[in-house]
Amino acid sequence: MALKDRRKKRLDRSIKVRTGGLYALSSWSEMGYLIAPRLGLILILAALPLVLDMYWQRVLCSAGIFALLALGFDFLAEYAGLVCLGGALFIGVGGYISGLLNSTFGWPALVTIPLATFFGAAVCTVILLPCLRLRGIYFAIVSFMFPLFAVFIIIALGVFGSTEGITGLDSFPNIWVEVYLIIGVVVVALFAMRRLVSEDIGVILRGIKDNDQAVRASGINVTAYKTRAVFIAALIGCFGGAYLSHLYGWLGLSLFAMDFSILPIAATVMGGMGSLVGPVLGAFILTPMSEALRGFGQLRVVLYCLILIGFMLYKPEGLMNYLQRKYEQYEHWEEV
Amino acid sequence: MSGECILEVRKLSKAFGGVQAIRNVHFSLMEGEILGVIGPNGSGKTTLVNLISGFVRPDTGQVFFKGKEITGLPPHKIANLGLTRTFQVMRPYHTLSAFKNLIVPLNSPRVRQSRGGKLGDTDAVAIDILDEVGFERDARVPFKTAGSLPLGYLKRLELARCIALKPEVIICDEVFSGLSMSEITSMIPLLERLRMDGITMIMIEHRLRELFRLADKVIVMNFGEKIAEGIPHEVMENEMVKKAYWGTEKKTS
Amino acid sequence: MEILIYGTVNSIVFALIAVGFTLVYGVSRVPNFAHGSIYVLVGFFTWSLVNDLKLNYALAIFISIAISAVVGLLIYRVVLIRLRGMATSEIIASFAVSLIILEGLRMQGIAGFKGFIGPFYALPPFVEGKIQIGDVFVDYQRLIIVGTGVSVVLLLWLFTHYTKTGLSLRAIAQDERAAMMLGVHSDRTAMISLAIGSALAGLAAVTILPLGNIAAEAGYRVLIYALAVCIIGGLGSWGGAILASFVIGFAMKISTALFGALWESVVLVGTIILILLLRPSGLLGKQKEIEERV
Repeated sequence: MALKDRRKKRLDRSIKVRTGGLYALSSWSEMGYLIAPRLGLILILAALPLVLDMYWQRVLCSAGIFALLALGFDFLAEYAGLVCLGGALFIGVGGYISGLLNSTFGWPALVTIPLATFFGAAVCTVILLPCLRLRGIYFAIVSFMFPLFAVFIIIALGVFGSTEGITGLDSFPNIWVEVYLIIGVVVVALFAMRRLVSEDIGVILRGIKDNDQAVRASGINVTAYKTRAVFIAALIGCFGGAYLSHLYGWLGLSLFAMDFSILPIAATVMGGMGSLVGPVLGAFILTPMSEALRGFGQLRVVLYCLILIGFMLYKPEGLMNYLQRKYEQYEHWEEV
Repeated sequence: MSGECILEVRKLSKAFGGVQAIRNVHFSLMEGEILGVIGPNGSGKTTLVNLISGFVRPDTGQVFFKGKEITGLPPHKIANLGLTRTFQVMRPYHTLSAFKNLIVPLNSPRVRQSRGGKLGDTDAVAIDILDEVGFERDARVPFKTAGSLPLGYLKRLELARCIALKPEVIICDEVFSGLSMSEITSMIPLLERLRMDGITMIMIEHRLRELFRLADKVIVMNFGEKIAEGIPHEVMENEMVKKAYWGTEKKTS
Repeated sequence: MEILIYGTVNSIVFALIAVGFTLVYGVSRVPNFAHGSIYVLVGFFTWSLVNDLKLNYALAIFISIAISAVVGLLIYRVVLIRLRGMATSEIIASFAVSLIILEGLRMQGIAGFKGFIGPFYALPPFVEGKIQIGDVFVDYQRLIIVGTGVSVVLLLWLFTHYTKTGLSLRAIAQDERAAMMLGVHSDRTAMISLAIGSALAGLAAVTILPLGNIAAEAGYRVLIYALAVCIIGGLGSWGGAILASFVIGFAMKISTALFGALWESVVLVGTIILILLLRPSGLLGKQKEIEERV
């Protein structure tokens, strides 16, 4: 086998080095380097609803929900080592609680959504609790099974509207509230998560993912931290579900659809696992794409999965990590 | 040395499938002393550590720490009581920088309690601890990715992980293995400093000469049983110990 | 009496479904989420061979099972081989493959492919007719299922204990590194296990599907059943899988007799949660909760 005579060398760009730590405040161009991507993201997301028509605004709302799920998935998978194959559980639980509170007691969306977010997260965490003591694969299996079980049980017991669902839920005052609420929540959740993972709890979770034995030997209760991680992911997921039920004004078994489980995963892999921003971006790319292909039925799901596998095999770092790397480093070929 | 018994192991036994890894082991560890545990490979030394630190549940027997029974407690609770251990197979948190590795133990309930509930700047504390164990702050060593550190530093990181918990006992599982002579020589002052700070230690080692410089007492394991106990030089004269290490002479006549 | 017979049949059904999955997981530590989709794929494929190509039934079955083994092998070779060792990615990838197959079977309108929708697809039983045992009538097909199940378990036992390939599978399952040092090729063994596992899924499909009809949605249910058996019996434990099959098989039939068919799923979920709470590593699970990595 012939040895290569040159190799790729990667170096941090000088501006990246200059912006490490406090030095970032030393000049406008450096601050701009740091702020530009973040500000750009916020501005684009804020401006989008203004240029789209009603149909695509609704699509944007859907994309927001998937973005929240993708964010939760990435957090659990890369920062806690838990692969959640059942995002639909969060959507379903959040949506059902919110919708039921609304239809049974008549409480307005302003009340039901926060309640459903919090209690839905609690319910989901409790359901998933038994498998957190065990190895990661149990979590994957159980999280996959629960949305499907929820459907079986609802049909079997004939409760919560069974197969027909419940209609006539309160919706939002107007499209602008709908759109900006979800975008706002996505942006807040994104920045909050990024902040969270750079805090101590994020370090501990990554430690758990890397080597949970060492974490235990350091006196940390691993199960307790995993529970916290699941609760956080469930919070954002259940908000998405609660929001969804009020967006379309009804709840039904489709809240537990496989779509909610698989599209966030595809969005995360494509967007770049671990970057937290990538999955959000991935969701905003895949959702419109999925809408455009609505006429083709199940082809959509096949397509997400093909994209997912494609990225996993050929570009595992994902889009966001790739872009970030380009932004922060430059590479050149070097003679060996 | 205050002479109180800080760790007591009684009649510990553990079998894995058909293999009796530990058979009826008992010993006492006095506060402030360094106990060496030696024996050929496969004699059950690491299993003993796993049993004491809660990673493996014993079949029979009990472990007492500071007078209270800790048999069967989960590892994190045992660590929080002040009984820590290092791992023979080095596995730091690869993707994190060295000092971030210490954030984990610094967040434990034990450390939280000692600071009255507030953690403060854990990053700074982590860097200070690493400084103590010999990570040169000026050369920016604490900031390097843990996965890129050479073995000598990794061993110190393991010790630092335990030290961060402000432990009363550290069980060192082969901290000298894989190190060069000069690295070992520079490790010894660190261990002596720990002893002076009042930390009791159990050291599992193969490097007998270095171990005997530090250990007050030594126990010898073979095939899961304790076959000898005593001061280092006496133990090495023991017939059974010699047989375990060197074998018996074959009579030729 | 009726419960005894139908309970046994049901249990063997679960066992047949789970055995392929357990084999793959035990050997290569990869949870093959595509297991259920191969089951359904084989069902539809056989149907096509019989109805569209008018092949002899037995021949069609033979070809389908062979194809399922090839599909399993391909899944490993193309997708999983690059992800070996990265647990999260393996799970995600096999899950994605499963969806591609299951949803793909429901696609309509691509290149004239009509898609398998609706309850119109069914495979005929091997032998028509019933036999009377005690005061219960049992279809021959159900007896065939029991027979197949028992023979499969027996043959697998013989295979893994007395043939070279089988022994290498067991070796890798027990200790991958040690087996590799003795010359057992990890990837090749994993491919073989996936091929056999998929073939078992196919076998289960052709034996069980004649009892009802074929539907793509059943793929998820089959996967859940396989996973349930593994959780309740203990991931990686053979005895556990068989025991769990009987526990679930009988539990579900008894609950149907007492409460009605709809409660079956509730009982299943309840059993899983109970096991996770009381005996997390499964009934006969040898894996400890905390993984030994020292």
